[in-house]
This record gives sequence, C-alpha cells and structure tokens, in this order.
Amino acid sequence: MGQAFARMKFSILALMAAVLAVASPQMALAQDVAEAEVAAPADAAESAGGYDRLAPTEGKGMPTSAEDDMLKSMTFQDQYTQDGIYALGMHDYILMPVITVISIFVLGLLLYAGWRFRLAANPVPSKTTHNTLIEVIWTIVPVIILVVIAVPSITLLARQYETPPADAITIKAVGYQWYWGYEYPDHDVEVISNMLDESEALASGEPHQLAVDNRMVVPVGVPLRIQTTAADVIHAFAVPSLWFKQDAVPGRLNERMLVIDEPGVYYGQCSELCGALHGYMPIAVEAVPMEEFEAWVLSQNGTIPSAEEVAEVDADAAPADETAEAPAA
Amino acid sequence: MATTAEGFDAPTAGHGGDHSHDDHGDHMPGFFARWFMSTNHKDIGTLYLIFAIIAGIIGGAISGIMRLELAEPGIQYLFQFAGAAEGDIAAAGHMWNVFITAHGLIMVFFMVMPAMIGGFGNWFVPLMIGAPDMAFPRMNNISFWLTVVGFLSLLFSMFVPGSANGLGAGVGWTVYAPLSTTYAPGPSVDFAIFSLHLAGAGSILGATNFITTIFNMRAPGMTLHKMPLFVWSVLVTAFLLLLALPVLAAAITMLLTDRNFGTTFFDPAGGGDPVLYQHLFWFFGHPEVYIMILPGFGMISQIVATFSRKPVFGYLGMAYAMVAIGVVGFIVWAHHMYTVGLDVNTKMYFTAATMVIAVPTGVKIFSWIATMWGGSIEFKSPMVWALGFIFLFTVGGVTGVVLANGGIDDNLHDTYYVVAHFHYVLSMGAVFSLFAGFYYWFPKMSGRMHSEFLSHLHFWVFFIGVNVIFFPQHFLGMNGMPRRYPDYPEAFAYWNQISSIGYAIMAFSMLIFFVNLAYAYLAGRKAENNPWGEGATTLEWTLTSPPPFHQFETLPVIEDHHDYHDHRPASA
Repeated sequence: MGQAFARMKFSILALMAAVLAVASPQMALAQDVAEAEVAAPADAAESAGGYDRLAPTEGKGMPTSAEDDMLKSMTFQDQYTQDGIYALGMHDYILMPVITVISIFVLGLLLYAGWRFRLAANPVPSKTTHNTLIEVIWTIVPVIILVVIAVPSITLLARQYETPPADAITIKAVGYQWYWGYEYPDHDVEVISNMLDESEALASGEPHQLAVDNRMVVPVGVPLRIQTTAADVIHAFAVPSLWFKQDAVPGRLNERMLVIDEPGVYYGQCSELCGALHGYMPIAVEAVPMEEFEAWVLSQNGTIPSAEEVAEVDADAAPADETAEAPAA
Repeated sequence: MATTAEGFDAPTAGHGGDHSHDDHGDHMPGFFARWFMSTNHKDIGTLYLIFAIIAGIIGGAISGIMRLELAEPGIQYLFQFAGAAEGDIAAAGHMWNVFITAHGLIMVFFMVMPAMIGGFGNWFVPLMIGAPDMAFPRMNNISFWLTVVGFLSLLFSMFVPGSANGLGAGVGWTVYAPLSTTYAPGPSVDFAIFSLHLAGAGSILGATNFITTIFNMRAPGMTLHKMPLFVWSVLVTAFLLLLALPVLAAAITMLLTDRNFGTTFFDPAGGGDPVLYQHLFWFFGHPEVYIMILPGFGMISQIVATFSRKPVFGYLGMAYAMVAIGVVGFIVWAHHMYTVGLDVNTKMYFTAATMVIAVPTGVKIFSWIATMWGGSIEFKSPMVWALGFIFLFTVGGVTGVVLANGGIDDNLHDTYYVVAHFHYVLSMGAVFSLFAGFYYWFPKMSGRMHSEFLSHLHFWVFFIGVNVIFFPQHFLGMNGMPRRYPDYPEAFAYWNQISSIGYAIMAFSMLIFFVNLAYAYLAGRKAENNPWGEGATTLEWTLTSPPPFHQFETLPVIEDHHDYHDHRPASA
C-alpha cells in the first residue's frame, strides 16, 4: 500500500524535480553506486537463544539520498504503521494536491493579471474597488477546502491518540544528554543506546549518525505503549518512518501507542534542541517477531512475564485494540 | 480611495513645499543632537533602518557560516569558530547552537521588527495620516536606543561563558527551559534574556506611541476607515506588540529568577513545568510572527495599488482581515507544541483554529490580485518585489496549512520542513516586503532615485537565491532531517549542498543592493515629490523628497468625496 502512495506522490513532485535536475550535474551518474549495497547482516555478536541483530534494509526506515533515488529523497520515508500510512495518504492525496493547485493558481493569476493589465495593454485603469460576490466566494471556498482537510485531520488525531490496551508492551524511552535509555518495565530490561562512531557504523553496514550500539528492540505487530520522559533537558523521540514523534520532557511522562507493521530497523534522531550534541543521539527501533523479541529479552537477562501476570493485567483491561482500519482514500 | 491626494489638494498642495522654506519649522539641530538625541520621527526612522541593515548583515553573515558548515556532512568549520581542538565535537556543537540562537534572535528582534515598525512605521505613519510627528517624540527616541542596547547585550552574550562547552547562549531563539536554566549556567543566557527585555521594552513603548499617534493625530477628516492600509497594519501590529510582549517579558523574567534566584517555575524538581514556559513563550511567539508580517501586508497593499493605478480592492475586507489575523493569532499558539504531549482535544482545537487563519490570509492574497485586475500595471522595482512577495508568501502559507494539522505535524515538527516554511513566510515574505517598501520609499526618504536596473537585477538574483536555499529544505524535512543540526547522515548531503549554493547566490544579490544604494547617493537623479505617478495617492507623496524636517504644521484636511461604504457599481 505504501508503495502505491509513493507512486502517486512522485508524480506530483516530478515537475519540481525536473526543474531542479537541470541545475544538478552530479546526480544522474550516481544512481548505480549505492543501489547494490544492501547491507550485509551485522556480525551477530549478541546472538543468544534465537536472537540475531537485524540488518537494516537499504531505503527502509531511513532517509534516502538523492544519489540513490532522486524522487524518494524529496519526500517522506515509506511508512510502516497504519497511522503513518493514513497520515502519508492524507498528505499525498489531500494536502499536497491542494497546496500545489493553490500555489499554481495564485501564480497563474499573478502572471495573467500582470500580462493582461500591463500599462501598455490597459492604459486606462478601472475604478472597481468592490465586488461582494467575488469577496464572498473567496472567503467561502477556502473555508470549504479547510473543512475538507479538517475531517481526515481530526480522524488522524483520534487514531493517533487511541489508548493502548492493557496488555500492550510498555517501553519507556528516556532522553539523556546525549543518548537514549530504553526501559522495559514488563521485562526488567534496561538498555543504554549510544551512537556508533563512523567506523563502527560502516563495519556493521549501517548509516553513520543513525546507527546505535544498543537498539530499542520491540516485537512487531503488537501494541506497544511508548512512554517518553527525560532526565535532564527536553529531548524528542522521533522515528520518521513510523510517523512518530513525542517529546521527552523532564518531570512528565508522555505516552502513545505504536504498532509496527513489519520487521525492520527504523531510524530516527533526537528532535528537540538539547544542547551541544543534539545532533548525535540517534534512535534505532528494531522490530522483530515476538519469539525473537523474547529471545532478545532473555539475552539481556530480562524476564518474560508469565501468562498469569498478563491475565491479571488483562482483567482490568479495556476491550482489546480495534484492529487498524484500512487507510482512507 | 479616500486618502487620495486630490482629496485634500486644496488645503495641502502648497504646504509640503512651503514648509521647506519655513524658517522656524526647519531649524536643524547639530549632528550629535540630531542623531543621538532625536525627537524627529523621520530621523528616528532612518536610524532604525540603518540599525536594521547592520543587524541584518550580522545575522545574515551568521547564516552564511551555517550554510557553509552544512554544505557537506561532518564538521568542517565550527572547530575554528569555537577556538576548539579539531575533533572537539561538543565545543563545535555548542558553537553551532550559539549561531542558530543568534541568527534567530537577531533576525526577529533586530532586523525585521526594527525595519518594519521602527523604520517604515516611524517614517510613514505620521506622513500618511497627516501628522507633524509621533505623539511622544522623546519616547520614540528611547525606544530606538533601548533596541540598540538590547542588540549590544545580545552580541555581548556571545562572548561570555554559556555552558560547559563554551561561550555564548546555545539555547535556540525559543530559550526553552531547562536547557536555558540548569543546563546553561554561564552568564551568557542572562545577557541574552536581558537583551530581549530591553528590545521588548523598546517595542512596547513604540507600540504605545503608534497607537496613540494613530488614534489621536490623524488629520481632520481622516477617519479610521480612510487611513491607508499601511497605517492599519501598523495599528494592528502595535496592539499585538502591546498584548504579546508583556507575556514574553514575564516568561523570560521567570527564566531569569529560575536561573539566579532559586525559583522553580519551570523546574519539575521544585514543582514547576518546562511546558509552562513553552505555553508562555508561544503565547507571545505566535503573535510575534504576525508582528513581523503584518506591516509587510500593509506595504504590499500600498505598492500594488500604486503601480496598478487603482485603489485597493476590498479596503474594508483588507483592514479587517488584518484585525482578524491579529485576533486569531492569539489563540493558536500551541500549534508550535504539537509534540509536547498535548491532550487530544487540545490538539484538535489548535488544528482547527490554526487552519482558520488561512481564510483572512486568503482574502488578502486574492484582494491584492483583484487590485491588479483591471489596473494599468507598471513593473517598477517596488512592484516586482511585491509580486514576488505575493507568490512566495502563498507558498509559505500553504505549507503552513500542512503543518497546521496536528497529526501530520508529528512527522514534520522540528524538521527542515518547518525551517523551509517559516523562511518562506519571513525570509521571503517579510524580507521581500521590506525590499519592496525600501525601493518604494527610498526616493521619498533620500530624495534620490535608485537604479531601476539594479533593483530588478537584485530582485531576480535574490529571488533565485532564496528559492534555491529554501525549497530543497522541504525535501530534507519530509525525508526526516531534524532542524538545529550542524551535521547529518550522508543521505541528506545532496539537498544541503544545493541549499548552500543558494546562499551564495543570495549573498551576491545583496552586493547588488549595496551597489544600488551607493549609486543612488553618488549618481542617482533627484527624486520628484511623487516619482511613481498618479497611482501614488497617499499623503507622503504630496511632500517634497525628502520631506521637510517638520511637516504638516498646518494640518491637511481630508475631504469626504470618496466613501468606502459606497457600494455603487464600478462606473460610479
């Protein structure tokens, strides 16, 4: 589905790309270089009980360089959550066409009026200063357009704020100057996540400044309760390919549900100015099948909550999460 | 329009000219008294403009360093600027944060605001309403000098200790706690805060001065609904300043006491809340962005009408659209805070309220185009800048509609998309209107004509430059590049490089601007009273160029033979 959206979006951006391409000699030739380099699996250093550190897939969960794919470098990353797909669809099918048409419409009017009513062509200016009908039209039409935008926008917000079910797996992301800590209270696990330096990132076949030593490993396809807070200044936990961004504010606990559709490594970066090394505390979310997640938990000396414990929580639980709807439009 | 010159030709025609021969009216003080103790609105306006140009050069140079550093991945230049060892990433990162902070604060408080309100507002509000000067000339003077001292305090803050990682305040122009409190122990942030206090006090005094002037000193017959739209725009702006700046003053005073006197307004360890600061800051900060653009709206209205030889279309709609933007501007602030953890209903409200602003803004865009419609358009330099403004502001406006959606903003908040958006409305919107206004009024202010060729060349090179800088930043933001980063993953390299090339183009265009200024003063021909022809109908064009030191000692009388409420067909 995400690919279908992408195709549509690319056609909208194609014109701008063509214009900019004229000014860019380097990009045509660079296409083939990085395409082949699908990252090799990382050395399975932490391999224990069925868990292997997942290798990232080129172009998935990370930004795309213009050399690899010009059009993809000009737009959103592909989305791997249902809310993200919905939001991207809203952007691509509603917002982007609307703002493109409005901009071109205004430009067209300016050019036409400038040409048609230039001094030479129209030496005697009219004295018109009012036209109630046109004024009403250009007030009402924008209102209608905004209402059209507001409906999916409000729907999107409602989806994003769905309460996680009681048995959702809780992960608390804590921002520190300048690294992330991920606490798994259900599993008695805590990992500290620092950026890999350039040589380490290259060695593990990951993009520098996005790669980290210990990732936030999560199970795929189940509700996650992502909590964010910070120990010092405000940080922001952001993963563009999951359409997820939540500030980590000291003294506050923000919470949002996240369900990741498919296994993969999804990179993000701190998105609230947090001091000198703000640019160097990336986020890497690794989504794996539940068995591998549990293997990872055990490899971290964590515990898997027993069935009774989960049932206990479920007893007070609200009805289970409504399965994600198909994206609109 | 009712404020047409022919409306009061009889009473005023001779006056402008007469004044320059008026002995007691043109007693000119000596150099020091004239420029350092000025009570003359035109001289103070000139001082503001010179000040804004100097601040703009400094703020623009800082952005040049930023684009240089961002031209390729890795840290190349920041080590030298920080005076740190090669490889001291923390020092470089802090230096970067100092640059982005200084760039933002300088451009907002010491370039755009002084130029728009202090410069053009001071110069032309009294002239356009037929007043001899501002209501409180001495207060006008202190407003200016407070701004200057505020600027010095900000510059000084860059050279005193900030955090453990170096000199200067690296907290962003938003100065969010606790980064700006517990985590920036040096005196630098105190000086930066003090700078905002001073500039804010200057602006509040200026705002009261404009409100008083506009309410009390309009020429006989000039009702509020006959004021030129530029005066309307300054009036609305003055109210925004008056209502918003005290909130900023309160917020940063609380920061100051948190920093120095043990209070914990924004410190959760003492029961405070960092998000409270953000609410206070943006309650000021959102009106502030309209403060920066509304006078531009006013200028564009004057210019489009002048060069279309046609009165502004939908005058009342234009005036009240500005009032509406001002009012709604106060109730949308939390759209800057969509990711702090707002309640879902709060976020829905701010999404809806924010989108409402597009309606009065659309009214203005379409009314400018309707003003051109049926006119006799001359593409003089102010007009091409105004047309550039209308288009680029539209582009910046529509990306604002995208960002207004709280759910969409989740992915765009604090990315380069936001940087692109607000530079389209400010670096292109506000700055294009400033250049439009500058070329429009430069002959009036200086008495000299600038070169039309150089002005057009400046426009085209600047237009290409800023678009090459900022359009690719939309791509970077959508693809996920966060803002306020000195360094980035390889994937973002290409568009960053394009953006930096755009900076070089833009910088070259500024050379053309200064050459044009030099040309005007050295070789420019003398400007007539009204160099722009029959479309220039506001009062300032009835005076000499430059106007006499004191004008309108006998007030012009505005005759009532045009009526805005006249809805008769166009032929009337």
